[in-house]
Amino acid sequence: MVEFTLPKNSKVTSGKTHKAPAGAKNVRNFKVYRYDPDTGANPRLDTYEVDMSTCGPMVLDALLKIKDEMDPTLALRRSCREGICGSCSMNIDGGNTLACLKPVDECKGDVKVYPLPHMPVVKDLVPDLTHVYAQYASIEPWMKTETLPPSSGERLQSPEEREKLDGLWECILCFCCTTSCPSYWWNGDRYLGPAILLQAARWINDSRDEATGERLDNLEDPFRLYRCHTIMNCTNTCPKGLNPAKAIADIKMKMVERAG
Amino acid sequence: MSSPANNLRSPLGRARGLGSAKEGLHHWWAQRLTSIALVPLTVWFVASIISLAGAGFVDFVAWLGSPFNATVMILFLAVSFHHAQLGLQVVLEDYVSSHGLRVASIIIVKFVCYGLAALAIVSTLIVTFGA
Repeated sequence: MVEFTLPKNSKVTSGKTHKAPAGAKNVRNFKVYRYDPDTGANPRLDTYEVDMSTCGPMVLDALLKIKDEMDPTLALRRSCREGICGSCSMNIDGGNTLACLKPVDECKGDVKVYPLPHMPVVKDLVPDLTHVYAQYASIEPWMKTETLPPSSGERLQSPEEREKLDGLWECILCFCCTTSCPSYWWNGDRYLGPAILLQAARWINDSRDEATGERLDNLEDPFRLYRCHTIMNCTNTCPKGLNPAKAIADIKMKMVERAG
Repeated sequence: MSSPANNLRSPLGRARGLGSAKEGLHHWWAQRLTSIALVPLTVWFVASIISLAGAGFVDFVAWLGSPFNATVMILFLAVSFHHAQLGLQVVLEDYVSSHGLRVASIIIVKFVCYGLAALAIVSTLIVTFGA
């Protein structure tokens, strides 16, 4: 059955408190999920008192300050610090978002920071994304054609055809949407989830691609596509303001369209 | 989601699994169509029952004796049970992860829903033709 409670060895215990340096004026508490697979201990919630007067405005700034100045054992992914790489996706203040785009000021009370929900955890805030990446590979996210490219070398697209990709190409594969979806939590082994289905839509809607029907064939499945019950958490949480729920609805309508 | 230590299949092999079932559209579309059909059918059913409130056995039998009422009643029953079966199947697929248990419970739901539908429709016909 569906797991409504955490397994025994995943229950979160209370952890250590790292005090702010003496004389800190503007202190915010960060409650951060910590898990170290090497110790075999349960995950814990550590508290870090961060002096915001010497810290940047975003949650990522605070996490890096914690790692640099308070506790170097904290593990997290980050790269671009400007919302384009998708590395620092995590659950902040109860919602999935990018730490680099989330201002600390927008969080109420203690800033709670967890890894993306319902994924295996490698360490601390680093989730294991092997399966979603494999699901991404399974939709074959590259252009498939039989027609040889024109002698000019470029496959042309009208501005109207190109417009159909807007709202789809901007996805940075941070998986905030996929890991916010209850349907993905319960059936993620077979359901592709909003991020992968949005990417599937990106290729289905590409006028240059010649494998549209084959792509729809591969999606027509009670689990791969039809586990989406328009819960809309995906659209609600997307840090890039995209609409995966609409992309999935478009795929479903294409299934109807080709049936009659 | 868990990957047992004895499962050395590649991540892509696991993600592809047994491949696409090449179905699901029909179920999804039938769920949508039955829910649209149930809007007028349910309004008719509730309005009819309210208008017959307080009426006796004879009035009910006479009401169901009309070809129009009997036809719409049978449609209401057939569509309701079909819709219930489609919806319950989705719930079971969502929440029962053991394959054997899932298939068994879906079969039971189908048998019960279609059995009840047949019973309700036959009962309606008996009243209609016995009136």
